Amino acid sequence: MPAAAVFGLMTNEILKSRLTEKFGAQLTDWDEPYGMLTFTAPADMNLKVMQYLYDDETMRFRFLTDLTAVHYPDRKGEELCVVYHLHNLIDNIRLRMKVYVPVEKPDVYTASALFSAANWMERESYDFFGVNFVGHPNLVRILNVDEMDYFPMRKEYQMEDPTRKDKDDEMFGR
Amino acid sequence: MELQTQPQQHIKLSEESLQKQTTTLNLGPTHPATHGVFQNIMEIDGERVLETVPTIGYIHRAFEKIAERRPYYQITTLTDRLNYCSAPINNMGWHMTIEKLLNLKLPKRVEYLRVVLMELSRIADHLVCNSVIAVDTGALTPFTYVFQWREKIYEMFEEVCGSRLTTNIGRVGGFERNFSAVFFTKLHDFIAQFPAILREFESLLNRNRIFMDRCIGAGPISAERALNYGFTGPNLRASGIDYDVRVAQPYSSYEDFDFKIPIGTTGDVYDRFMVRNGEMWESVSIIQQAIDKIEKLEKADPSQKEIFYAKEADKYHIPPKADVYSKMEALIWHFKMIMGEIDAPAGEVYHAVEGGNGEVGYYLISDGGRTPYRLHFRRPCFIYYQAYPEIVRNGLLSDAVVTLSSLNVIAGELDA
Repeated sequence: MPAAAVFGLMTNEILKSRLTEKFGAQLTDWDEPYGMLTFTAPADMNLKVMQYLYDDETMRFRFLTDLTAVHYPDRKGEELCVVYHLHNLIDNIRLRMKVYVPVEKPDVYTASALFSAANWMERESYDFFGVNFVGHPNLVRILNVDEMDYFPMRKEYQMEDPTRKDKDDEMFGR
Repeated sequence: MELQTQPQQHIKLSEESLQKQTTTLNLGPTHPATHGVFQNIMEIDGERVLETVPTIGYIHRAFEKIAERRPYYQITTLTDRLNYCSAPINNMGWHMTIEKLLNLKLPKRVEYLRVVLMELSRIADHLVCNSVIAVDTGALTPFTYVFQWREKIYEMFEEVCGSRLTTNIGRVGGFERNFSAVFFTKLHDFIAQFPAILREFESLLNRNRIFMDRCIGAGPISAERALNYGFTGPNLRASGIDYDVRVAQPYSSYEDFDFKIPIGTTGDVYDRFMVRNGEMWESVSIIQQAIDKIEKLEKADPSQKEIFYAKEADKYHIPPKADVYSKMEALIWHFKMIMGEIDAPAGEVYHAVEGGNGEVGYYLISDGGRTPYRLHFRRPCFIYYQAYPEIVRNGLLSDAVVTLSSLNVIAGELDA
């Protein structure tokens, strides 16, 4: 099925040049791992970039495929990374936007007003990483119990009980 | 009575409401109508649903955390337990993610065999979902009838990998062993007999007056809202958007196949049902095409019959048992792989496959170690289930139950 021929002619290069034209040097870390355009936006710019990508008649990124977070304890001052995967269904092209925030003040503007899909995905990222989505209508835990007082996907929480002495698996795993 | 002096719930009742008082109803966590462990607290006015608050997470198993400590091949068993109605699609989606990370190119025969298994899983998944819609509308017969055929699909999985529900099917680069002759006999029988069964299933329901009255107009969602809510799979297509990962971003040689994407218009229960039925027909056709292609390959070159994994994936493919017992090198590799001492290259991959209920995505960040640095599963029903309160609002309670089963929400995938 000649799928690629049916869709538009948007390419990563065009995307990158349009975004650079609009936002200049504020978007950094351009990369294309395995064909997906990836860049980093400043934490307070995430909504502006997404709104532009959504509204602009040539961009049309109106589908939020995925939203998740990653914890990099070694990156001082930008420990938490929120990753957005956006999809332009008309031209059939995806892109990945990253936003880094410090773990002490992990404030990111919510995308839930733009994409209803972001609502639970942001709750999930809050639940597991403690990302504070500013303006979220109902930022409470979603999969873990409400009483939980830590964010379990952060790297400092080990999989196995660190107090156990009878089990030495330092050879296996991280 | 003390209860009556309690203040009213803060929901404004419509003028025509007879009761002037709403009831709080607990649907779930273990209600037969939820088909899985999740809860909906509903505020109902008579039979009208005013508000729904879903509570999920009852079977959360921390798969993403566990995955950060497991070598790549051990994560396949976690993917089984996401959408357990179509586990092979999840397994192969995961393998394809690693293959993408490794830049592996698979032989055509392996890709076609994968397509056969994935389409069989899709049929199994849709059979469960569609026949359960019938059960929730009061018709048990189609359910028991088609489950025999799901059983036959599971027998084929058993023939390939030895297990049925949580399959752990395949390996990075292909399959653990070649497919047996029994599998192909069963597959041919299935393809020969299943269309008649599907036709009969359709004749029981498609134009059934009771079924239509229950389903048409129940739980509709517009294309615009469905997109905004991140719907994928049959639920999105039922509202009229022809997005299918198999066509938009073909994987595993789907570009070699000729098939249609059935779509609906209103996105109600009936459209979702019809889209799934249509997809089962397309799956049958895809499987037939795949069988023809495999036979053509084997006719052109008989040595193709022995190809069941990519030779370049040797580092990730456990050597044959006979070699492990007789050759030192094979034993060493076997040990290394089982202990998970094979490092993967550093990289960042997003790979999506069309699962039974939508786009199953794997977002993998590898830092070059033996386990993922971070692995995120894009679980389609986690994303679209949040639309449920909006879909059932102002509908009848009985419609809400049918809507729930037609959305194909699988608790394992919801909670990961």
